[in-house]
Amino acid sequence: MTATSQTDKRSLIELRGVTKVYGAGHAATHALRGIDLDIGEGDLVAVMGPSGSGKSTCLNILGCLDTPTAGTYTFQGVEVGQLDRDQRARLRRHYLGFVFQGYNLLSRTSAIENVELPLVYRGVPARTRRAHARRALEAVGLQGREKHAPNELSGGEQQRVAIARAIVTGPAVLMADEPTGNLDTARSHEIMQLLVELNRREGITIVMVTHEPDMAAYAKRIVHFVDGLVESDKRNGSHI
Amino acid sequence: MLWDTIFLALREIRRNVIRSFLTILGIVIGVASVITMVTLGGGATVQVTNQIASLGSNLLMVTPGKRMGPGQSSASAPFRAKDVEAIARDIRSVAAVAPASTKPVTAIVGNENWSTTVTGTDNQYMKVRMWPVQTGREFSDSELRAGAAVCIIGDTVRQKLFGGLEPLGNRIRLGKLSFQVIGLLEAKGQSSMGTDQDDLVLLPLRTFQRRISGNQDISLIQVSIRDGESTEKAQRDIERLMRERRHIAPNADDDFSVMDMKEITKMLTATTQVLTGLLGAVAAVSLLVGGIGIMNIMLVSVTERTREIGTRLAIGALEREVLMQFLVEAVVLSSSGGLFGILLGLAACLGLKNALKVPFVLNPGIVVVAFLFSAAVGVVFGYFPALKAARLDPIEALRHE
Repeated sequence: MTATSQTDKRSLIELRGVTKVYGAGHAATHALRGIDLDIGEGDLVAVMGPSGSGKSTCLNILGCLDTPTAGTYTFQGVEVGQLDRDQRARLRRHYLGFVFQGYNLLSRTSAIENVELPLVYRGVPARTRRAHARRALEAVGLQGREKHAPNELSGGEQQRVAIARAIVTGPAVLMADEPTGNLDTARSHEIMQLLVELNRREGITIVMVTHEPDMAAYAKRIVHFVDGLVESDKRNGSHI
Repeated sequence: MLWDTIFLALREIRRNVIRSFLTILGIVIGVASVITMVTLGGGATVQVTNQIASLGSNLLMVTPGKRMGPGQSSASAPFRAKDVEAIARDIRSVAAVAPASTKPVTAIVGNENWSTTVTGTDNQYMKVRMWPVQTGREFSDSELRAGAAVCIIGDTVRQKLFGGLEPLGNRIRLGKLSFQVIGLLEAKGQSSMGTDQDDLVLLPLRTFQRRISGNQDISLIQVSIRDGESTEKAQRDIERLMRERRHIAPNADDDFSVMDMKEITKMLTATTQVLTGLLGAVAAVSLLVGGIGIMNIMLVSVTERTREIGTRLAIGALEREVLMQFLVEAVVLSSSGGLFGILLGLAACLGLKNALKVPFVLNPGIVVVAFLFSAAVGVVFGYFPALKAARLDPIEALRHE
């Protein structure tokens, strides 16, 4: 698969002139200063940049956790800025999956129950939930560990559970915020390989924030942020 | 969804068993004390009612003094022997009329002395109270007429003064005078108000008036009504007769009262109910304190689980779903506290009923109310922490360490 073939796909995500300002007056900080970004279906984008460059803010906006101060964010033709808090929650529930740096699994709760959580909010009946969750855990290579609580799993395994939780609903986009930030190199590569495989096999669009070039190298496209602006946006030649 | 939420709440509580237990302890104690107070109070009320009912529903008590509410009366002229005779003569439905005047005295036999109450009356007393003489005999007509120095004693007086000795024919000293014991009343045990009914000495009325009180007063007339006759009608008749005899103007209030057992029961139970109510109120305050304990722990829990809440919000939980989750958790906590409290309270009642000699009367109403109240405590005190959780900004919450 070449980089050019991706650009033909229709845009899932469109950012136009997005700015984000925290605070007001002299204390105001401009986290984003006018971003234009298009992400097509099936893409695997790595967002890079130094801390304070606005990459996390951008991911929060893309993840509908936050709204732009100005500019528009269109997700599958819907303008997110016009949605209220509950509507954005429903959008996340039905179209987005999240993977966090710190895994954010419910402690003292088995892996399978963690994976079931998004389905609970979707109102899926218990039996169906269980079956879906089991399949998602198999997809991340954790079959046989369903009953383990997070504290009985290694960091890499915990992040796999988190990925299973993010994909169990079959989301349109998976948002990953430094998914390998807490893992050693070997585990990090395993997680990245898993994400690449999910992108290739299931066609899940993935947007990932990372500051490690090694991990960004797995992406099809790398976006660099500096001072709240997109400094570069390149197809990744070394993409595997 | 609600079922899932309850299940989730139970799991959350199970994660922190000791803390959950300590949290609900306030509610447990509060509910248990409410249940105990109300159940024991209810038992006491039933006991009072039963014992009064055992006196007979056809008994009327005529006392001087106006009724001014439960247990109160103003002073007014006492009755005379003529009043007793008038009731016996003029009221058709009367079976027996007994006068009574009482005075506390110290009774002495040999080295033994005992503080008791002496009552001046006649043989009608035993009839009205359905209280037969067990051994010995009643007063004879000549004794009653002459005011002889004879007495009939209750079982407690016998025990205290004579021990195992035979009382009949022996003499008791009351004040400066000595009286021959001619009869022993059947043992009756404790009364509804906890007083010992057997602690009494009966004298012929005339003897009492001459030698003990020194006046002609009668402080109580007990009237028993024939079977099949209306107590209410007899009550009205006696009232009319006494108004006439005491020359009460038509628009003036009675300066005496005629009470049937229902009214006396009402009076006594009113007292028990006030006490029960007071104790219940104190217990309710502890429920409130328990509620504050729940709010406290829920706030701690919200802070501890900020990241979890952030995660839930991020993966698509609605504000009201998070609110509901924490609210249900608080309610499950408080109502399980209520449940344990009810069990503990009932157990305490069963344990105490023998010690306090009060019957166990289960009041399903108060059990339901206590449970609902404890659940309501959860709603009220869980709402604020739940709202706090629901209003969290997911980004901030996810960043929380």
